[in-house]
Amino acid sequence: MATDDIWILGISMTKFGKHTDKDIVDLGADAAMAALRDAGVSMRDIGLLAAGNLMGSGGFGQQLQKQIGQTGIPVYNVSNACATGATALRTAIMAVKSGEVKMGLAVGAEKLAGAGLLGGGGQAKSAGKKWEPKGRYGAVAPTDGRIGTDTMPGTFAQVGMEYGHKYGEVSFETFARISEKNHAHSVLNPLAAYQKRFTLEEIMGDMMIAYPNTRPMCSANCDGAAAAVVTSGEVLRTLSPDQQRRAIKVSASVLTTDPYQEACQILPDVNTLTRNAAKIAYEQAGVSPSDLDLVELHDCFATAELVHYDNLMLCPEGGAVDFLMSGAPWRDGKTPVNVSGGLQSKGHPISATGIANIWEVCHHLRGEAGDRQIANAKIGLAHVIGLGSACGIHILEKAA
Amino acid sequence: MSQQIAHVSYLKLEPKPHLVANECVSCGARFFDRRNACAGCFATEFRTVDVPTDGEVTSFTIVALAAPGIPVPFVAATVKCGGTSVRGNIINVDPTPDKVKLGMKVKLATFSMGADDDGLEAIGFGFEPA
Repeated sequence: MATDDIWILGISMTKFGKHTDKDIVDLGADAAMAALRDAGVSMRDIGLLAAGNLMGSGGFGQQLQKQIGQTGIPVYNVSNACATGATALRTAIMAVKSGEVKMGLAVGAEKLAGAGLLGGGGQAKSAGKKWEPKGRYGAVAPTDGRIGTDTMPGTFAQVGMEYGHKYGEVSFETFARISEKNHAHSVLNPLAAYQKRFTLEEIMGDMMIAYPNTRPMCSANCDGAAAAVVTSGEVLRTLSPDQQRRAIKVSASVLTTDPYQEACQILPDVNTLTRNAAKIAYEQAGVSPSDLDLVELHDCFATAELVHYDNLMLCPEGGAVDFLMSGAPWRDGKTPVNVSGGLQSKGHPISATGIANIWEVCHHLRGEAGDRQIANAKIGLAHVIGLGSACGIHILEKAA
Repeated sequence: MSQQIAHVSYLKLEPKPHLVANECVSCGARFFDRRNACAGCFATEFRTVDVPTDGEVTSFTIVALAAPGIPVPFVAATVKCGGTSVRGNIINVDPTPDKVKLGMKVKLATFSMGADDDGLEAIGFGFEPA
């Protein structure tokens, strides 16, 4: 192993779901301590903590230190929408890569069970009404619901429909087939928030949220945390054979934002930044999409998963529907996608997601994924999008 | 006639209702909100330009669940008006996948949002089938 390679030494995720008896720091501590155990190291070995949490009170990293070990190391509290976990991990990776620290710990945790609809601002109260222009649009009233929608299901529904306008209409049923796959996959994942298989008819017949996304086609709000310990090849060489055998190489670690393009002020462009990140990641890792044994991508809604087949170049441009209908993204297909069940059934505790997807890939590369193991998995990719936007992509490889 | 105010400052009610954009003098990028500098080329000079009132639906969703107080279902869409993408609701049409189609031609339409306590009437906009 090259001395400047980056390795995941230990990684963990909690069960996703409803944790009524645990607060956000409990969840983060569970994940952090499990990652340290998995790595075979202690807080004494860690030179930096990168901590991600969006919905809590702030200062999450320091709160976490009080419960897992106050060693005086720097804490970076990071916030990057749904890419928060990946940003925390990337922060730890950059610190190790720079040579400033030997080992970094990244943690992402969220309490989101029962949070309901995300993104919609709602309407102002009508009592004592006075039309006064406010903000950068000089709006006299909220725009959500009157000038388009701010809700996440509606925004990502338009992302999928836009793909249909560009490359040929995509039917409601086609989008629903993505959820059929992910819910089927989740049955094998004991840490998923939901492990229930749905028929296509059940998915299409469920409550409509924002056409074409019905309820089971939306990511599941839930509680959860994930954490990872990263180190350099130089340090890994000095560790035990077992630590070296289980370490997973980070062949690419990329974070991008959305570059300006004409329509991005109207509908967030989640495509260009993903495609840009993917290009950089494949080049960094020296692999091509056809080399990937599994992919965990950001299926916050069924309509989003479809466009990312294309953005991650798992199919030719415009070929996402054919890719899906060929069976390629099923766990026995050419390029298994979201064998964890994805955000739609594994769940989406926002800040945990960008580390949990890497945990899933590592689990397979280590050959420790039990019933849902993808046989002989050697290379995997994990992708997240935080709306606004930020995209994190990591390519991971089994130790040689 | 009572006084009127546009829902947003980029909706102009006179002489006929239309949208305006802040266009970057340097690269032509258009923005509906106030910008400090152009997101595309970083220039700081903008001019106000009219946006065509006719367009084509390039994406839409039919929102069935929204924040409290927002009437549902409604159609949220992106509409390409000439070379400019605009966000707006598709109005004066049944909010169903049978009636709203990708690529359908639409035109700007306005509606009353009611009067405030001083009798000032707010005017909103959407797009209706052309």
